[in-house]
Amino acid sequence: MTMRTQKRTPLASFGLHAGLLVGTVCALFPPLWLLVTSFKPKSEAFSASLVRNFTFGNYTHVVNDTHFLTWFANSLIVVIGTTLIGVFIAATTGYAISRFRFPGMRPLMWVLLITQMFPMAVLIVPLYNTMAKLGLLNQPVGLIITYLTIAVPFCAWMMKGFFDTIPVDIDESGRVDGLNPFGTFWRLILPLAKPGIAVTGFYTFVTAWAEVAYATAFMTGEENLTLAGGLQTFVNRYGSDWGSMTAAAVIIAVPAAVVFAFAQRHLVSGLTAGATKS
Amino acid sequence: MKRLIALSARHWYAWAMVAPVVIVIGLIIGYPLGRGVYLSLTDATEANVERTIGVNHIPATYEFTGLENYTRILSDSVFWDRLGWTALWTVGCVSVTFLLGLSLANMLNRKVRGRAFYRVAMIVPWGIPAFVSVFAWKMLFNEKNGLLNKVLDGGGIDGVPWLGDPVWAKVAVIGVNVWLGVPFMIVAMLGALQSIPGELYEAAEMDGAGPWQRFRNITLPGVRSVSSTVILLSTIWTFNMFPVIFLLTKGGPEDSTEILVTYAFRLSFVNSPRDFASSAAWGVLILLLLSLFTIVYRRALRRQGEAW
Repeated sequence: MTMRTQKRTPLASFGLHAGLLVGTVCALFPPLWLLVTSFKPKSEAFSASLVRNFTFGNYTHVVNDTHFLTWFANSLIVVIGTTLIGVFIAATTGYAISRFRFPGMRPLMWVLLITQMFPMAVLIVPLYNTMAKLGLLNQPVGLIITYLTIAVPFCAWMMKGFFDTIPVDIDESGRVDGLNPFGTFWRLILPLAKPGIAVTGFYTFVTAWAEVAYATAFMTGEENLTLAGGLQTFVNRYGSDWGSMTAAAVIIAVPAAVVFAFAQRHLVSGLTAGATKS
Repeated sequence: MKRLIALSARHWYAWAMVAPVVIVIGLIIGYPLGRGVYLSLTDATEANVERTIGVNHIPATYEFTGLENYTRILSDSVFWDRLGWTALWTVGCVSVTFLLGLSLANMLNRKVRGRAFYRVAMIVPWGIPAFVSVFAWKMLFNEKNGLLNKVLDGGGIDGVPWLGDPVWAKVAVIGVNVWLGVPFMIVAMLGALQSIPGELYEAAEMDGAGPWQRFRNITLPGVRSVSSTVILLSTIWTFNMFPVIFLLTKGGPEDSTEILVTYAFRLSFVNSPRDFASSAAWGVLILLLLSLFTIVYRRALRRQGEAW
């Protein structure tokens, strides 16, 4: 793209910066305020001033005196399990629908697209009953299986988009060298698609990390919660510990933000490319 | 039969490669979906589903009741009230998010000092798990001590019961959802804007087109196809948006902010006794509504010559 070089009037320039600044402040303020509050003593959680008595008290309290680390571990198990399995199963499918024309392809693509818009409300009750029957409630495995309902269609779809960007010539050269389709996929294409796999994986990670409804419904009992459920326990109808909530929130947000920062540049192209090309 | 063998000889590679996903989707989405539809045709509640308490196994005793749940729900004003608010919520959130995203993306698409900083800063809300941000907002909205009311107080304005008044609670949940959704819009629209060739603008300028004309005749057509996709995605996401409302207001005060999805969740996981059958029926209705919307939306696009 080329940017226009037209000279702006000072007024237009001011307006532009003012607009962007307002946007920036609105975007940054709530998370920054959360961060600031987390360093205040509990009793000053709502004071309107910046940190007057700096303390790590909220953090040490959250880590030492609550189940926070257990929740963190639970979340980590669930999210890593979901991401690995989701990406692993979806990779071959993404490749197949990107490269081959086969009977059943169009219906499959439709299913992948439609299942992504399934409201959790339609699956949550039957999944809950099934998990209850199998004794998988309050088990990370149950939540992993549940999250795969979100992750698998999404990963397959994203992956198709990434495979689409790899030139078909490479497949052909593989075939000329006598590789069968599996060999081509495994030895030639998959290594090239690594960035795409990473982005898909990271986005699945972030999505599962932030899921609330299934986690709230399927995990009960303080030591079984994941982070989404755990954070709710600080501020509920029985009492509000805003100080601990802010500290926990900061610890939860940091890994997600780091992962997100890594993946975001490739994200939108992946999300929109699939939809516009099908 | 011969044809089938020939087909599978040619396509077995492809079929083998998609097999894992087909099996997994069938097992964990297809089966529950079928079961959900079936449950919605029964009178299943907490008290009569199959369950295990300690060592005792209690078999299911719920019965098939046909469309009774649906007729009950559709003849009850609760459903229509929730549907009305869900529609308002979705339209409100998507339109405001889209307009803000488009204008901010437009600003970011210009040569402006600090562009990289602005861009990163405005994407931040997307990178933080929604449930964390919602709690940050909940703190700001706090009626007695929250920062927003303190600021208003300082300006001599009476505090607003952000989450305690039906109207303000609606404003608050929409505001938070817009805050969460704008970054995605900015990034998507910025990508679309950058794909418009700059020569078009130069040519238009030479022909004496003003800024508004350039925006209408070059920018808007240029971002159309991306817009239609993002609006569809964002509508579906907003319609199903659970955490904002569930965590911010729990659907309150007095159901006023309860959308269809949170209400269905409440029926089976918050209320007591848990009403699985009605909740499943709500879920099926939500799915039908969304499918209907998608079909109509795609038809409309196709009629206007959009290809996908």
